[in-house]
Amino acid sequence: MFNRLQEKLEKSFQTLKGQGSITEINVAQTMKEIRRALLDADVNYKIAKEFTNTVKEKALGANVLTAISPGQLLTKITHGELAKLMGETVEELDTKGNPAIILMAGLQGSGKTTHAGKLAHFLKTKKGKTPLLVAADVYRPAAIDQLHVLGEQIGVAVYSNREEKDPVIIAKEGIAFAKSNGMNLVIVDTAGRLAVDEKMMTEIAAIKNTIKPNETLFVVDAMTGQDAVNTAKEFNDRLDFDGVILTKLDGDSRGGAALSIRQVVDKPIKFIGTGEKMEALDVFYPSRMADRILGMGDVVSLVERVQDQFDEEEARKLQKKIAKNQFNFDDFLTQIKQIQKMGNVKDLMGMLPGMGKALKDVEIGDDAFKHIEAIISSMTPKERLKPEIIDGSRKKRIAKGSGREVNEVNQLMKQFTDTKKMMKMMNNKSAMAGLMKQFGGMPGMPGMGK
Amino acid sequence: MAWLNIFSKDKKEKLDKGLEKSKEGFLAKMSRAVAGKDTVDEEVLDDLEEVLVTSDVGVETTLKVIKRIEERVARDKYVGTSELKRILREEIAALLDDKEENKSSKFTIPKVDGPYVIMVVGVNGVGKTTTIGKLANQFKLQGLKVVIGAADTFRAAAVDQIKIWGERTGVPVISQGMGADPASVAFDTVESARASGADVVIIDTAGRLHNKINLMNELSKIKNVMKKVLPNAPHDVMLVIDGSTGQNAFEQAKAFTEATEVSSLAVTKLDGTAKGGVVIGVSDQFSIPVRYIGVGEGIEDLQVFNKKEFVDSLFG
Repeated sequence: MFNRLQEKLEKSFQTLKGQGSITEINVAQTMKEIRRALLDADVNYKIAKEFTNTVKEKALGANVLTAISPGQLLTKITHGELAKLMGETVEELDTKGNPAIILMAGLQGSGKTTHAGKLAHFLKTKKGKTPLLVAADVYRPAAIDQLHVLGEQIGVAVYSNREEKDPVIIAKEGIAFAKSNGMNLVIVDTAGRLAVDEKMMTEIAAIKNTIKPNETLFVVDAMTGQDAVNTAKEFNDRLDFDGVILTKLDGDSRGGAALSIRQVVDKPIKFIGTGEKMEALDVFYPSRMADRILGMGDVVSLVERVQDQFDEEEARKLQKKIAKNQFNFDDFLTQIKQIQKMGNVKDLMGMLPGMGKALKDVEIGDDAFKHIEAIISSMTPKERLKPEIIDGSRKKRIAKGSGREVNEVNQLMKQFTDTKKMMKMMNNKSAMAGLMKQFGGMPGMPGMGK
Repeated sequence: MAWLNIFSKDKKEKLDKGLEKSKEGFLAKMSRAVAGKDTVDEEVLDDLEEVLVTSDVGVETTLKVIKRIEERVARDKYVGTSELKRILREEIAALLDDKEENKSSKFTIPKVDGPYVIMVVGVNGVGKTTTIGKLANQFKLQGLKVVIGAADTFRAAAVDQIKIWGERTGVPVISQGMGADPASVAFDTVESARASGADVVIIDTAGRLHNKINLMNELSKIKNVMKKVLPNAPHDVMLVIDGSTGQNAFEQAKAFTEATEVSSLAVTKLDGTAKGGVVIGVSDQFSIPVRYIGVGEGIEDLQVFNKKEFVDSLFG
């Protein structure tokens, strides 16, 4: 839905053509777009406002490289700031102590019980721990059963006491149970509660003060909206939690709540939940979250790689050719080789907004380009310069020479014509970006989808 | 048990309490800024924007409301405070779909041939099962005969959870246990309800993220299989939205509507600090009425949605 940011930024910069730097006037509209993208991503209103002000200060006066548009540069600055805000490092879980104790807290339906199970599985399989799950949600019907079922699935013991209604006592009992049974890690699952529920908040604070956990983790749904700041703040005021688990990130929410929470309570996000399976728990990488909030695949790395590989001299020559409508197969080949220099094709395409998902199950080797190269190599120099002379019989010969099918030659011819047309259209922009864009919308490329 | 203690508080008060944060200061500021003017000044609109956006109304809907208010103020000239409040209310209320607005606060169902079937859908953790428990209770209080279908056969202990609600409300729960085919459970439930002359059937389904295509297809299948027993079933497909959800609610409404033709919304957890403003935009864009709101964990903490109260609570 919001792969549009890049697009919007381009649009807001159209008036900027030819201008070499970002100025106060031309940046205003763009900041509005960025702010809106952040709000659409559920970043808190005030935080989005502050954030765009920071970006604006950074952006003012920044030099615009010829190879990329001001819109792209600004996206990069935005992304850099966002990644910085998300935290630069991956934060480890503290599991020292015997037993180490982890307390789960959060709103109803955020995924505490499921993630207690996932965390136990993670620490058991990845860190060699012997965990115990403690069922201290005495309110929600069948919450205890749910934890037992999960424990069974992952082969982790579960402590519960259905007679006891005080979660503080259950938590204490659980820890004693772990000690006497040689378990070195305890994860306490608690009931979901609203931050405004005084009685319940007092209860969770009492649990924490009693069991003194190594880690208190605030579990929060990635789809949470503006309220994320209030809830996170309330929970943090009461619990001074150590980290956050962001759940349901396998959905399509942009997860702007992550940024809001990070900003308001300055606590690291430690894990993300990415599915219903017990294995679907990942360590959190801040910069990936920044990508997601901005909804742009990894445009930033792409811009960086283009910057690294782009030969300005070549670009200028190419631009001239396009202007004169002289773009030919030799140029096409040069372009492809340049793209290849930038790395694995699938990786590269995956960086394009919207392409990641589409490419997930598609096998693209560098073969995709090899076939194109083979076809072009089978053309005579004259055919490459004047593609319009390629008729049916020439196509047959080219196909035979390259070991491809005639329809693949046809497909390539069509792609070439489309590319040429488009390049002419976007003459004023970077030709390379144009080509990349073209590939982005080219599902029928030979070798793809097989 | 704690969840039973939250009985029967004044409904309006409860909703107000949750929503009151958003009106603090705003209306006072707004009044000052429009007094004796024929335009709404930038600062007021900024404040309005803040109130709406921080209630999760979303940028697009917010801009829509602001634009309409600007137009009306320009047209009517010199709008007073009370008028402005009224306009604001009207404009927001206008976005909430009311093609079948329930004028009474009672939990009623339309007369249909055979049991009235409600299928409840939504993403994980929004409160589907709890809402079903509360709803079953309300229908039961109306003297209706209710049957629940435990078609969430996926999430650990979901069947146990709905069975506990069944016991609490004295409503039979049709189940085939965990891991059973949910479509088969739905079929059984409707058939059994028809045979026993029940008035209402409520089908619980497993929470699923709306971008999981296979799971969404499964939902279509559950929906379609009920037609084999009752051609018009389900009569209502209710999408449950967590009141604290942000803009993703649009994606949810879109995907669930595509899979099951959602016909009503229930918004849960409005007793917290979240405003649930996103439903305004969702209701507007998809023309789906909001039918119920959840305002607590107690069995009685479900209310028939009242547009006026909802908007009033947002703005005082």
